[in-house]
Amino acid sequence: MRDTRVDHPRPAEARAGFWPGFLATFRLEIAEAFRARWFAAYALVFFGLVGVLLVFGLTESRVLGFTGLSRTLVTYIQLTMAILPIFILVTTVRSLTGDREAGVFEYILGLPVGIGAWYAGRFVGRFCLAAAPVVAAILGAVVYGVVRGVAVPWVELGFDIGLLLVLILVFVGLGFLISTITRSVDTAQTIAFILWLVFILSLDLVLLGALIRGRMAVEGVVAIAMLNPLQVFRTGSMLLFDPQLVLLGPTAYTVFDIFGRTGFMIWSFVYPAALGLAAALAGYWFLRRGDLP
Amino acid sequence: MIALKGLTKSLGGGRVLDAVDLTVPAGQRIALIGSNGAGKTTLFRCLLGEYTYEGSVRIDGRDPRAERTQALRLVGFVPQIAPRLEMPVAALIRYVAEVSGADIGDIGAVAERLSLDIDGVRKRPFVRLSGGMKQKLLIALALGRPTRLLILDEPAANLDPAARGAFFDLLAARADDTTMLISSHRIDEIASLVNRVVELERGRVALDDTVADAGALGSVFSVRLETVRAEPSFARTAHDWGLRETRAGEWSGTVAGPDRLRFLGFVARHSGLVRAVHLVEGLGEHERSGHGVAAT
Repeated sequence: MRDTRVDHPRPAEARAGFWPGFLATFRLEIAEAFRARWFAAYALVFFGLVGVLLVFGLTESRVLGFTGLSRTLVTYIQLTMAILPIFILVTTVRSLTGDREAGVFEYILGLPVGIGAWYAGRFVGRFCLAAAPVVAAILGAVVYGVVRGVAVPWVELGFDIGLLLVLILVFVGLGFLISTITRSVDTAQTIAFILWLVFILSLDLVLLGALIRGRMAVEGVVAIAMLNPLQVFRTGSMLLFDPQLVLLGPTAYTVFDIFGRTGFMIWSFVYPAALGLAAALAGYWFLRRGDLP
Repeated sequence: MIALKGLTKSLGGGRVLDAVDLTVPAGQRIALIGSNGAGKTTLFRCLLGEYTYEGSVRIDGRDPRAERTQALRLVGFVPQIAPRLEMPVAALIRYVAEVSGADIGDIGAVAERLSLDIDGVRKRPFVRLSGGMKQKLLIALALGRPTRLLILDEPAANLDPAARGAFFDLLAARADDTTMLISSHRIDEIASLVNRVVELERGRVALDDTVADAGALGSVFSVRLETVRAEPSFARTAHDWGLRETRAGEWSGTVAGPDRLRFLGFVARHSGLVRAVHLVEGLGEHERSGHGVAAT
């Protein structure tokens, strides 16, 4: 008979619950992204965007009242609003729902990792990944501007970076919610696209049409604008650059009129952050109470 | 170790598990058999706390949904279909070790026993490994962890004979203190690994029986084959089984006890070529004197 004695590990004492699973999952999410094509494309888009804006835009010429870095920042913010939400939504739902389809949930969630720790690790990891290139690109532009001796609008810059972070939080949260309630990538992507379309169609300039035709009450139009995170971001991001919001549409102007400057600044942070976290928590609730694979 | 009471699970409007009652004492090795759709994988997923269900599931007295970290710390799981994990092998091993409190060295040692060179594949994405390599790694991740219950879903389906032999040895080493639940479509694949057979049929327990421990885990059979002529395809497969041609037309070596039925299947497929078969439990002259070929 062959020697079949094998030293095998003995059951270990249970370690502290949340943090080992959270940290391991967070690290894995970050490491995976650096190997993934989506992250490379995502980072390239934002760094490329800033590069192009700096090459063509960082001059002292005045366009609609904006010059230098302010103009670059305003343009970047507006373009980001167009690209960021759909990019985050699609990559997030593809990643999570794709993992479910690929049997990854069955295997990974068969390990002794808490669902909360795993979910939080993936959520925080995904948020950091989505935020890092966007913020790094802005900071790169600032460094470039300082080197070139261009004035940096520090207050506006800090405010807009904060707004970008809560915008990212909203769409990562919504992405996680969609991923937990769907079973296939196709369904998840369709819901993500429709949601993004609804937000786009609820922007100020589109609502203007409804207002002009008189089919909606002003209060209704304003409420929609206030609840649309894209519109909140758009209005909030222009607040410091254009205090009278003359460049924006009529609902933004009305909103500003109702809230006042400080009130809207607070709303533009609190509401998206609350919406993003609520969506993420709702996703966690659905995940916990349903079948995991 | 496992206590299921009235376990019922419905999926897509149909009952996949229907009031299953099953108690598995510690140390028992169970073959869970049944046709496709009998409910084997669903039962595993309930045990792993991945499915909601009616009734009660306990692993060592713990509810795997409410106390999943503590319950699953005791469980090593090998899925039937390898997950399409994009992460490199090293990242997967590290993750499993971190969340389960395992030692990476222990996982590597089991992989080595299965002839999987971890260093050679550590940077390769898991999904790019061959089917056999994936299976070996998943087994190493389950057996290299400090667990007391092994849930193995068709665990040896993609393994070559040598790796199967090593796998049986690894299970044999844990047979005294580890409960095992092994699923298969076919009882002959795993009969010699287990001491109890549970058959599921349409979500209910149709058969629950204990079996004799013949051809037990860790046993070895000495083999000698004589063929009437040389045949390259036969020679290749014989090499895969770890046999060596000691003389023209004569092959000898050893076969793991639990694998002997599969080995006889190989012999049967070449019955026109084989003149004589000798299959004796225990090591033969060659193996004892150090000249034989080990199956692992």
